[in-house]
Amino acid sequence: MATKTYGGVAVEVDDEGFLKKAAEWTPEVAKAIAAEVGIPTLTEKHWKVLEFARTDTASQGQSPGPRRIVASAGVSMKELYELFPKGPGKLVARVAGVPKPKACL
Amino acid sequence: MKHLLILGAGTAGTMVANRMVKKLPQKEWQVTVVDPDTTHLYQPGLLFLPFGNHEEAELVRPRGATLDDRVEWKQRTVLEIDSQARSVVLDDGERLPYDLLVIASGSRIRPDLTEGLLGDAWQRSVFDFYTLDGAVKLRDALAKFRGGKVVINLVELPIKCPVAPLEFAFLADEFFKRQGIRDEVELTYVTPLDGAFTKPIASKRLGHLLQEKNVKVETEFAVGSVTDHELVSFDERRVPFDLLVTIPTHTGAAFVERSGLGNELAFIPTDKHSLAAKGLDNVFVVGDATDVPASKAGSVAHFEAETLIENLERAATGRALASTFDGHANCFVETGGGKALLIDFNYDVEPLPGKYPLPGLGPFSLLEESKLNHQGKLAFRWIYWNGLLPGKPIPVPAQMSLAGKEQPDAP
Repeated sequence: MATKTYGGVAVEVDDEGFLKKAAEWTPEVAKAIAAEVGIPTLTEKHWKVLEFARTDTASQGQSPGPRRIVASAGVSMKELYELFPKGPGKLVARVAGVPKPKACL
Repeated sequence: MKHLLILGAGTAGTMVANRMVKKLPQKEWQVTVVDPDTTHLYQPGLLFLPFGNHEEAELVRPRGATLDDRVEWKQRTVLEIDSQARSVVLDDGERLPYDLLVIASGSRIRPDLTEGLLGDAWQRSVFDFYTLDGAVKLRDALAKFRGGKVVINLVELPIKCPVAPLEFAFLADEFFKRQGIRDEVELTYVTPLDGAFTKPIASKRLGHLLQEKNVKVETEFAVGSVTDHELVSFDERRVPFDLLVTIPTHTGAAFVERSGLGNELAFIPTDKHSLAAKGLDNVFVVGDATDVPASKAGSVAHFEAETLIENLERAATGRALASTFDGHANCFVETGGGKALLIDFNYDVEPLPGKYPLPGLGPFSLLEESKLNHQGKLAFRWIYWNGLLPGKPIPVPAQMSLAGKEQPDAP
């Protein structure tokens, strides 16, 4: 566990770079994390997904997987992979400041 | 006469029916179970069947034999739940009223949800082992297999028994060694997750198994389509195969999908501690049918049943519900060579090393391979038919305990 500075703000992150406290997230933090993971610009579509991920995590108690994001955030699976390459479940969670989606082992 | 109606007679539905019929006064309450299948399948056995280690008959019992005589069994399919009218409509139009409803309708594989999976190669070079028919056909294919690329693919989460795809890879390695053709087979595990193991402690302890067994791992691979010889991801990566073992997308039951009661995968929004269905009075959900963030596994259904039975009794007598389910799960993980490991965890605590169920004494080792663990897994089938399903007390606590576990040092 460590403290990192994103967009001029110090936030607590775990070993994999996920925010430990959802309340420390700001859009500036999101932009900085996105740049770090290889997404230089956050477009409107990115923000739709990020906002959905945050509100859904708050109501469900767990971060949404790709299918859930596609069902509700108004993007197709292909688009989601273009916006957040490789592992959208994990990448969306990191940029959105929500916990990594869980698997049991 | 009041009615406790249970939809589905799988592991959870059967346990709850058999236990509630003993608890609720027979003169006041009728316990009814609805399930169209005439047999009860022991699903954990499906992992071994493709390798010739079980006969079908050992895994199946006539449903009547698994249900208490006092439980009424309707051998029919559910059409819909009419929660306003507090009744359930069956496929022939019969309407069953309920005072308490338990949705225990499980989860099912949906190869139809991945483009190309049910194409020409289905059950020719593409197989599942999550159904009896699938496991039997895979057994026949494996017996004839002479060499090439065998790919095991987890399509997406959630699935039943999340460790089974990895167990299959380990057992396949052992199988091909026994056949004397391991050098002619390339085994690859393809997962949408960022590792075969995602939990740090498990990953550190068990990562070596993949190297030792020469199982290649392709990570962050989300299958978009399948041809007769290739997996293609949504971002255009390709993995070729000669034999594909797929663990497809899972959804809830068809009637749940139709009803609009479930989420995007037809799992029902459920309170994760009390198991009450969200937004529906006198309705509970248990086992694979829920959307709670616990694994879909028999052990979870068993531990959930403790809370559910308590809450059904409370609901039947007008008392407030208890919020006691903690997401507890435990699973044996076969690693081949007559060994297995055991993991024990809940909503908040990842699998930790140690002993289970008794601190120090065990006898089962957590996150460590042992022959005893493997024997435990095999012996469990007897306990399932003779102890668990009939609703006899099983002497392990429903809530996960930290006793006997090695906890990581505080950061």
